[in-house]
Amino acid sequence: MLERIHVIICGGEACSKQEAKDIKREFDRLLEQEGLTDEAKTVMTGCMGLCEYHPVVVMYPGEVFYQNITVEAVATIIEEHIKHGRIVEQYRIPEPFDRGKIKNISQLKFYKMQKRIALRNCGVINPLDISEYIARDGYFALAKVLREMDPKTVIDTMKQSGLRGRGGGGFPTGLKWEFAAKSVDDVKYVICNADEGDPGAFMDRAVLEGDPHSVLEAMAICGYAIGAHQGYIYVRAEYPVAVERLEIAIRQARELQILGRNILGSHFDFDIELRLGAGAFVCGEETALIASIEGERGMPRNKPPFPAVRGLWGRPTNVNNVETFANVPVIFMKGADWFKNVGTEKSSGTKVFALGGKIMNTGLIEIPMGTTLREAIYDIGGGIPNKRKFKAVQTGGPSGGCITEKYLDTPIDFDNLVELGSMMGSGGMIVMDEDNCMVDVARFYLDFTVEESCGKCTPCREGTKRMLDILNRICEGKGTEEDLDVLERLGKMIQESSLCGLGQTAPNPVLSTLKHFRSEYEAHVYDKVCPAGVCAKLTTFTITEDCIGCTKCARNCPVGAIHGKVKELHHIDPALCIHCGACKVACPVNAISTKPVMKEEHAHV
Amino acid sequence: MKSIEDLIKLRDSARKNINMRLNPGSIRIQIGMGTCGIAAGAKHVYQKFQEEIREHNLKNIILTPVGCMGECAFEPLVEILESNGNHTIYCQVSERVVEDIVEEHIIGGAPIEKYFLSAIKR
Repeated sequence: MLERIHVIICGGEACSKQEAKDIKREFDRLLEQEGLTDEAKTVMTGCMGLCEYHPVVVMYPGEVFYQNITVEAVATIIEEHIKHGRIVEQYRIPEPFDRGKIKNISQLKFYKMQKRIALRNCGVINPLDISEYIARDGYFALAKVLREMDPKTVIDTMKQSGLRGRGGGGFPTGLKWEFAAKSVDDVKYVICNADEGDPGAFMDRAVLEGDPHSVLEAMAICGYAIGAHQGYIYVRAEYPVAVERLEIAIRQARELQILGRNILGSHFDFDIELRLGAGAFVCGEETALIASIEGERGMPRNKPPFPAVRGLWGRPTNVNNVETFANVPVIFMKGADWFKNVGTEKSSGTKVFALGGKIMNTGLIEIPMGTTLREAIYDIGGGIPNKRKFKAVQTGGPSGGCITEKYLDTPIDFDNLVELGSMMGSGGMIVMDEDNCMVDVARFYLDFTVEESCGKCTPCREGTKRMLDILNRICEGKGTEEDLDVLERLGKMIQESSLCGLGQTAPNPVLSTLKHFRSEYEAHVYDKVCPAGVCAKLTTFTITEDCIGCTKCARNCPVGAIHGKVKELHHIDPALCIHCGACKVACPVNAISTKPVMKEEHAHV
Repeated sequence: MKSIEDLIKLRDSARKNINMRLNPGSIRIQIGMGTCGIAAGAKHVYQKFQEEIREHNLKNIILTPVGCMGECAFEPLVEILESNGNHTIYCQVSERVVEDIVEEHIIGGAPIEKYFLSAIKR
């Protein structure tokens, strides 16, 4: 159950534990009485550092701080804030953050709502020193597994934990291990898929760089469970820091006999080697990845047979993603039930997201499944800079889609995102504001998949290229009504007939923007206007009152379309303008506007 | 290592390097050195700390690189952990700021609030 509102009650020393407890009790009592327990939840926390305002209560989302709260005030807050969404000004702390003395509040804000399982050691331990990993109970899960569990129990524990593949597909990891375990062969392999290729996604890199041993430990556990003695980590050569740290980690683990023969005095042997990829996106697909390790061209093949039956060099192989592996040791240390209780019913645990685009706190976050997109973007990510308006969030990279404001309160899990026409993907989360043109965004992702298509199957090789041609045409103002229908039809055809996940999901960015932002496409096609002012050919450049008359734009204009005297407002002659955008780049005060002039004017042109 | 007992021994001896409460009087300096941190200049910050520690002849300091701390937009990040349990995160640390941190915080014991992550983010 995920509540709409969270009431955080400060239970620090200054807030006097008793007072805070009374306030929490009163909240719980009244919420129960009003039948709001499904909508609002109360949580007592440690000291927030706002002691001078005690007792303090914080309301999420929105992060409204209330001060000097009494038991009597609780009823007002429930009535106004929770029931009617109105802020109770009389108790509000106006700007708690402006005060230098409140030390760690921003850190608190950023980290408080996160739950670090896969990233538990990232930024905490020295990744070059195995003893620091061991100091944080590293390799104890492996020791426990080897000493106390048989392979079947290991797989049952994994199944019970509900962990699903973090590489994008969301396939239950325990089941995958079971398939590989059931294949009969004396040689089997474990592969860690570290071919992270989505633009703007870097969570696997962070795990490999910050905590390489967690992946090694998990691979050894997996090897024990399925009966493999050799593991490979397929990592891109573009991640030199990760490669170097993995090499050091493997060497240190071998020195301590945690990898190699008779691990920790048991009869289990396991070793790991690195394989460097050249950075082809399609090699993130497991059959293409296997082909690449074998020295073949990285191209996918038909499934079945699945790698669990016929994988690397024809042997049963289990392939998991970096983040999936990073979760595994914790499941064995804290128990499958503990893990199962984090997140939602069908998606247990947490997910790491790389926040990027138009957001204050670009960076890496790990949140329990079921956190809403709004909480991730506004409460953890800090919202959108420069007071711009939120437009969409893109998840799942080139395989995913855009989600609009209307769906921001959707709890994040595998199934919900698919329902919205996007997907979890590996965890890129790119935020877009009103200055982003959705047609241009779709074109960017499609351009990426066209480049990365391996060329084996026709729908993906030819179809995505044709879709890109159409998008290019639309962005240049040459789109026709028919183009939109063709895009949709072609997109669906590629989804249904491509060989692997790359082609099957490549049209998603186009189809989802077409669904949610059709009017924007129509503006490009019918009105020949780019509403966001991104597509240069469809943009009318004008100079606003902010112009300081520095003449830079006029000097940079290649066709002499800009006139004006020094220190006076300049003008662009629309008849001469070639829409190159050089003036916008040159302007030091951002006085070149690309926003469309009133629609009516265009209708007459 | 031949058994879980060896592992336990290593863990217990290594813990004092991580948990400063187990190591009275010492300070752990963590530099965020994922690719994001390195790209923002963390290697220079690391070297500067090495130089400063040598120059001031400081003892009981554990200087260590760590992975990405998540706040990539505010790199390079430096976290100072003290044996009294205090954690301080400094952000956008330059070589000049390192001098201040060593002199005022590490030696002087007074954290410099203007470089706090919380101060710069707002």
